[in-house]
Amino acid sequence: MNVLPLKDDSVAAKHTTQFKVVPLRHPWRWTAAGLVAILMLLLTQAVVSNPNLQWPVVASYILNPIILQGLWITVGLTLAIMFFASVIGMIVALMMLSPSKMLSLPAAGFIWWFRGTPALVQLILWYNLSLIFKDITLWLPGLGTIFSIPTNTIMTPLVAAVVALSLHEAGYMAEIIRNGLKSVSRGQTEAALCLGMKPSLLLRRIVIPQAMRVIIPPTGNETINLLKTTSLVSIIAVGDLLYSAQAIYARTFETIPLLLVVTFWYLVVVSIMTVGQSYLERYYSRDEAGHDSAPVGLSRLGLILTMREKWRGAQ
Amino acid sequence: MKTNHFERFGVSSSVMIHASDVRKSYGSYEVLKGVNVSVPNGSVACIIGPSGSGKSTFLRCINHLEDINSGLLLVDGDFVGYRLKDDRLHELRASQICARRAEIGMVFQHFNLFPHMTVLENLMEAPVRVRGEKRAEARQHALELLRRVGLAEKASAYPRQLSGGQQQRVAIARALAMRPKVLLFDEPTSALDPELVGEVLSVMKDLARDGMTMVVVTHEIGFAREVADQLIFMDGGTVMEQGDPREMIANPKSPRTREFLAKVL
Ligand SMILES: Nc1ncnc2c1ncn2[C@@H]1O[C@H](COP(=O)(O)OP(=O)(O)OP(=O)(O)O)[C@@H](O)[C@H]1O
Ligand SMILES: [Mg+2]
Repeated sequence: MNVLPLKDDSVAAKHTTQFKVVPLRHPWRWTAAGLVAILMLLLTQAVVSNPNLQWPVVASYILNPIILQGLWITVGLTLAIMFFASVIGMIVALMMLSPSKMLSLPAAGFIWWFRGTPALVQLILWYNLSLIFKDITLWLPGLGTIFSIPTNTIMTPLVAAVVALSLHEAGYMAEIIRNGLKSVSRGQTEAALCLGMKPSLLLRRIVIPQAMRVIIPPTGNETINLLKTTSLVSIIAVGDLLYSAQAIYARTFETIPLLLVVTFWYLVVVSIMTVGQSYLERYYSRDEAGHDSAPVGLSRLGLILTMREKWRGAQ
Repeated sequence: MKTNHFERFGVSSSVMIHASDVRKSYGSYEVLKGVNVSVPNGSVACIIGPSGSGKSTFLRCINHLEDINSGLLLVDGDFVGYRLKDDRLHELRASQICARRAEIGMVFQHFNLFPHMTVLENLMEAPVRVRGEKRAEARQHALELLRRVGLAEKASAYPRQLSGGQQQRVAIARALAMRPKVLLFDEPTSALDPELVGEVLSVMKDLARDGMTMVVVTHEIGFAREVADQLIFMDGGTVMEQGDPREMIANPKSPRTREFLAKVL
């Protein structure tokens, strides 16, 4: 009768010490991976060997000064617009959170208007501002006209692009920032108030740093979106990356290779932005990790740098 | 900026917190229906009472996290959120209240440490940026306070890495870093696992022994009996009974107090 429990005991002992675990096999996963690999090969072959893509022409335009000039305009526009959009977005978000309807309603209206209309429409509207307001005039009661300038001298294509897209983007940023500010618990503000912090100090030192954790990820996506949205400005003849490429292929008819050059540069900038974003994310959630773990962004950057080093060495 | 109303209202200058007929409503619902409390300098007052009786609200009125509707509420002889002018109390702007609030420390049920700062930064933030202390000086003081609450080795940890009891001790140290005249505690041990309650209470006992004026909302009757100079029983927005804790616990006068004590003891 006591054979059974003995046997059980030994099995239990073996179970924890001696049995080897055979992992589950995934035959279908391998089959699927194989299929994908074959498709990729076919696609690569089709792309590489297709003479219509004119790879040598693509290579010859990658570092073309006109293209690079356009690239800088695109990047500069993105950074400038994002800067203005964040500042305006922060103001609008704070207005939204104000208990006073006199502030929160106009803020809601701002978001409604600038998020609700397409960027392209706003761009063209601002560019044609002179059709609505012929002159921009500052007039003060008692003092009369301080200055008056024709709208067209101010609303150059570049200014129209920055104004239109900043306001458009601010509509989105306001919502993102508002969500971030709201995510910080009331207990945090109360604790700070009890320590005698002024509302402005409290916002700067306690609320915003914590809100950043919620704000950064969608802002990264917004920046990447914005980078691509700036290509709309080619419509009002701002010399961005796309416009520069168009200017060249209008002459040479090398349409496809130049669009590939444009694609290449957009991908490069987006990749760099992604690294920056993950670095920022790590920075603002540093309390969650141990304190000595290096930010992912940095280590990824390190990887890219070592890769470049190797590439140089190979040359 | 600070004025002294001790004489004008006939309050002894040894009184740290004086509340008489303090009323507070949310909309049409009156939460505090005329609270009278007096906490002398260097003494400990414990407030007990059933849920919803207005204990937290009263505490929050003391440092003007909530405004009051009527009554007199003085901390060290002056109003916290108001200025007396032409026999009326004019509410101050948030930035004007800060200096007064900095003298009143508060410890919360859920600690409310700043999660994005290390323990040391939590303690240094307000002294440096509100009181304008030198960083080195504030650092020294912060480390000294951490030693006092037994957490010197946690100075560079983030709050998330600490246990509840440790977080609450840091929160007490953070309040002390502002060198407050009085400390308010709102159920400081209610969110803690039972085995962590003791370490927080022992820090509070040390503070009481060192003569810190404290107002403590708590369910720890044992702590109240041992440390408090007066016990205040609140019920339905009023002070139902107050007096010597040992006497009150042994021998409650009001039937409501007896009923409540029977439940928590
Ligand atoms: N901001 C508010 N708005 C409306 N009513 C409130 C608000 N804060 C508190 N109250 C109400 O006031 C009453 C007293 O609340 P308070 O938090 O002071 O009670 P308490 O004695 O601290 O209770 P507990 O022991 O549960 O913490 C409750 O009925 C509560 O619902
Ligand atoms: Mg409460």
